[in-house]
Amino acid sequence: MEGIIGYGASIPRNRIKVEEIAKVWGADAPSYRKGLMVEEKSVPSPDQDTITMSVEASKNALKRAGIDPSEIGAVYIGSESHPYAVKPSGTVLAEAIGATPEVHTADFEFACKAGTEGMFVAFGLVKAGLIKYGLGVGADTSQGAPGDALEYTAAAGAAAYLFGREKVVAEVLETYSYTTDTPDFWRREYQYYPQHGGRFTGDPAYFKHITGAAKGILGKAGMKPADFQYVIFHQPNGKFPLRVGEILGFAKKQIEPGWLVNKLGNTYSGSSPLGLTATLDISKPGDIVLIVSYGSGAGSDAFILKVTDRINEVRDLAPKTRELLDKNRNYLEYGMYAKFRHKIRMAE
Amino acid sequence: MREVAVIGVGMNKWGELWEKSLRDVFTEAAILALDDAGVDKIDSLIVGCMSSGVFVGQEHLSSLLADYLGQVPVPAARVESACASGGLALRTGWIEVASGLSDVVLVGGVEKMTDVNGHEATYALGTAADQEYECYHGITFPGLYALIARAHMEKYGTTREQLAMVAVKNHANGSLNPLAQYPFKVSVEAVLSSVMVADPLRILDCSPITDGAAALILCQVELAKKLKKPIVKITASGMATDTIALSARREITWIESTYQAAKRAYAMAAKKAEDIDVIEVHDCFTIAEICVMEALGLVEKGKGGKAVEDGLTSLRGKIPVNTSGGLKAKGHPVGATGVAQAIEIVKQLREEAGPRQVKGAKVGLTQNMGGSGGSSIVHIFERG
Amino acid sequence: MPTPSRYWREIPQRYRLEAGKCKNCGFIAFPPRLVCPRCQSRVFETIVLADVGKIVTYTIIRVPPKPFSDQAPYAVGIIELDDGVRLTGQIVDFAFEELKVGQRVKIEFRKVYEEGEAGVIYYGYKFVPA
Repeated sequence: MEGIIGYGASIPRNRIKVEEIAKVWGADAPSYRKGLMVEEKSVPSPDQDTITMSVEASKNALKRAGIDPSEIGAVYIGSESHPYAVKPSGTVLAEAIGATPEVHTADFEFACKAGTEGMFVAFGLVKAGLIKYGLGVGADTSQGAPGDALEYTAAAGAAAYLFGREKVVAEVLETYSYTTDTPDFWRREYQYYPQHGGRFTGDPAYFKHITGAAKGILGKAGMKPADFQYVIFHQPNGKFPLRVGEILGFAKKQIEPGWLVNKLGNTYSGSSPLGLTATLDISKPGDIVLIVSYGSGAGSDAFILKVTDRINEVRDLAPKTRELLDKNRNYLEYGMYAKFRHKIRMAE
Repeated sequence: MREVAVIGVGMNKWGELWEKSLRDVFTEAAILALDDAGVDKIDSLIVGCMSSGVFVGQEHLSSLLADYLGQVPVPAARVESACASGGLALRTGWIEVASGLSDVVLVGGVEKMTDVNGHEATYALGTAADQEYECYHGITFPGLYALIARAHMEKYGTTREQLAMVAVKNHANGSLNPLAQYPFKVSVEAVLSSVMVADPLRILDCSPITDGAAALILCQVELAKKLKKPIVKITASGMATDTIALSARREITWIESTYQAAKRAYAMAAKKAEDIDVIEVHDCFTIAEICVMEALGLVEKGKGGKAVEDGLTSLRGKIPVNTSGGLKAKGHPVGATGVAQAIEIVKQLREEAGPRQVKGAKVGLTQNMGGSGGSSIVHIFERG
Repeated sequence: MPTPSRYWREIPQRYRLEAGKCKNCGFIAFPPRLVCPRCQSRVFETIVLADVGKIVTYTIIRVPPKPFSDQAPYAVGIIELDDGVRLTGQIVDFAFEELKVGQRVKIEFRKVYEEGEAGVIYYGYKFVPA
C-alpha cells in the first residue's frame, strides 16, 4: 500500500482583519465579509517566505513519519511565490531537512494547485517504485494588489506531505487530474501583482475544473459523495468550496473540518493541502477523504485517501492545524501589514 | 629586559575632523609627541588601527605613516586587536625597547571613522565580533554590551541609574579636558531620557564615533635620564585573550580577559589593585566600565554599580577612574584609544593634568579591551 | 554581507545545527572547529544540537547594521539550548514585553536577511516561543 506516511502544517502568527483593509480603501467591510465569508487572513512575518514555511511544515511531517530524511528521494515545493525566479526553493528545503545530496528536486508552479502537483509527482514516484520516500509541499506568501478584491484573501501558509510504502497513515486509493487552458488569473513576468478575469474566475474556471476532477475521480473509483467522511476543496474564499460541495452533493459537515479560509484566508498552493492536514488531524481510522485542488490557468488534482490505524499514533507528534491557526495570533494594522508584505519599502 | 620610559606624548583634539585625512590626523599627533620628547629620529614605528581598510580603503599603514612622518626607511608595523589595537601598539613598542631591539620607539594609534555613514561604521565595528555567528544574526556592539548589561542587572541588581552615573562621571571629567570630543556635563536624567539604542542601553551609554590619533615616544630609561625628562616608567604589560563570541564565554557578566591581563600585569609590577592611584579603563559602554572595575579587582564581583553610585571612582574618590573623560566624553577613535589612555596616565604621573589632576598620583594603570572582551591589555605606569 | 561561498560554507550549521563533539572530553563546538578549546584534542564527531532552550540574556536592537536596516526594532539574545550549548540569534514571534531571562524558546528556520532586491537570500535559525 502506498500513501501519506507523514503530514505537517505551518501557519504564520500574524493576522489582518477584513475591516482593517476595507478601512484604508473605503470599501464596505460587512459586504466583503459576507460576500467572501472571510473574517481575517494570515500574514507572513518579514522573515517568513515560501521556503521557511515549507521547512517548518516538512519538519512537522517528518516528526509524524519518523523516517530517516536521507532516504527521501524527491523534494518538491509547489508555490506561486517562490523566493527566487531562478534558483530552486526545493534545494534549500532538501538541505534543511537533511535529504541532500541523493535526492531529486524541482519547483512546481501552477497557481494555487502547485502544492497538490508536488504531492502528485512525489506520490507517483513512490508508487512507481523509483524512490522510497517522496516529499510534496504546497506553500505560498501570496500577494493581493492593494485595493483589489483579492487583497482580502491572499494569505500565507504551508502544508507538507511525505509519501511512502510502509507505516502509511492515509492510503492513496485513487488520483485524477483535470486540466484545460483557461486564462482566469495570471501574472506576467516582471509584474508584481497578478491580474484576474473577475467573475470569469467562477463558473468557467473554479467550478468547471473542480466539478470535472471530482466527477472524474468518483467515476474512476466507482464512488459517490456519501461514501466519504470528509472532502476538501480549494478555498479561494469561504463561499466557493461550500457551493461546489453543494453542487456535487456533499454535506456541509463533510466540508467543515477542512474549511479554514474564514480565519486563514486563501493560502493558494497551501489551501487544499492545509484543509487536508486539518482534516487528518481529526480523522479516524477507516475514514475516506476526498481532496480536490484548483489552480488557475487552469486545473484540478484530486486524491481519494483512506485513513489507517496509524493516524492515532502520529496525530499528536506535531502541532495540529487548528492549534497553529488559533494560537499566538498577532493582529496588524494596515501600515505594518504593508511593510511586512513589502508593499512599501524603506528607501535605500 | 630593560626598563622602559615614556618621554613624549602627543594628542590632538578629537571629534569629527572633516578637514583631516587619516594620514593628517596621525602625523599631527606624532609630531606633537616627537616635539614633547625632544627627539627627531626614531628606531621603530608601531601603529594601532582597527579598521582603516574598511573605513577609508587604506591598509599598509606601516609604509604610509612612516613615509608621511618623514621617517623612512624606519621599520614599522601596524597592529590590530579590534578596540585594543592602541594598547597592543603600546605593548609591542614596549617589547621592542625592553628587549633591546630598539632604543626609541614611536607608538601611535589612529582611527578615521567619519568618512563612512553610520550603517557602514556599525558594520566596520562589528568585525570585532564573530562575523558568522554573531554579526550574521544582526547583533551590533551596543547590542552585545546590552546583553551583558541585562545579565548584570538580573544577576547583581545593578540599576539603570548606576549605569547612567558612569556616563555622568566621565562627562564631568571630560568637561575639564580640552582635547575631549564632548567636553560638557550630562545629568542622569539626560542619560535616561536619551534615545534607546539596544535595550537597556541608550545613546548616552555609548561611546561615540570619533576621528583622532594619539602618540607616545618610548625609550629605555637610561636615555630618558640623559634627556633630563620627567621619568614615567612602564613597569608592566599584561595581555590576555578570551573567546571571540560572547555566547561562548563562561560568564557573560565577567570579563575574564581583563582579569587575566591584569593578573599578569600586577605580578610583573609587583602591585595589587589597592596600590593603583589613577586608572583609565575602556568604557566603550557604561556597563563595560562597571564590569572592568570588577575584573581589575577594584571592587568585589557584582558590586561595580554600587561603587560608582557611592563615588569610589569619581575624580575626588578613592580610586579615580577615567579622569580624561573616558571613551564616553573624550571620544573613541578605536585604534587611538589605548594610546590616549596611556597619555592621560603619563600626564597624571607628571602632574600635568591641570584641573583633572589626582594629587600625589604615583602609580597608574590602563586597561584597553577589544570587542566584547575578546582581548584585554593592561599596562602599569610608575613615576620614576 | 557574506559572499555566496561564505554563506554556503556554513549551511550545515545554519540549516541543520550540525556541531562537532570532542571525542575525548565531550565538549560541543558550534560551529565545529579543528582544536578542542577544553582539551586541545583534534578528533570530533558530528552531532546535531538540541532544538529547544532558554533565553540567557536578550536585547532589542533599535539602531541596526546596514543589512538589517529595515528590520529594526528586533530582539536578539543568547540562548542556552537544552544540551548546554549557547548560541546568539534573533528572537521572534514575541511581543517585546513578553521577553524575559529564562523564557523557553525553540528553533525555527527563518530568513535572516537578503542582499537588496537582487542578491542572495540568507536563511538560518531563529528562536520562537516554545
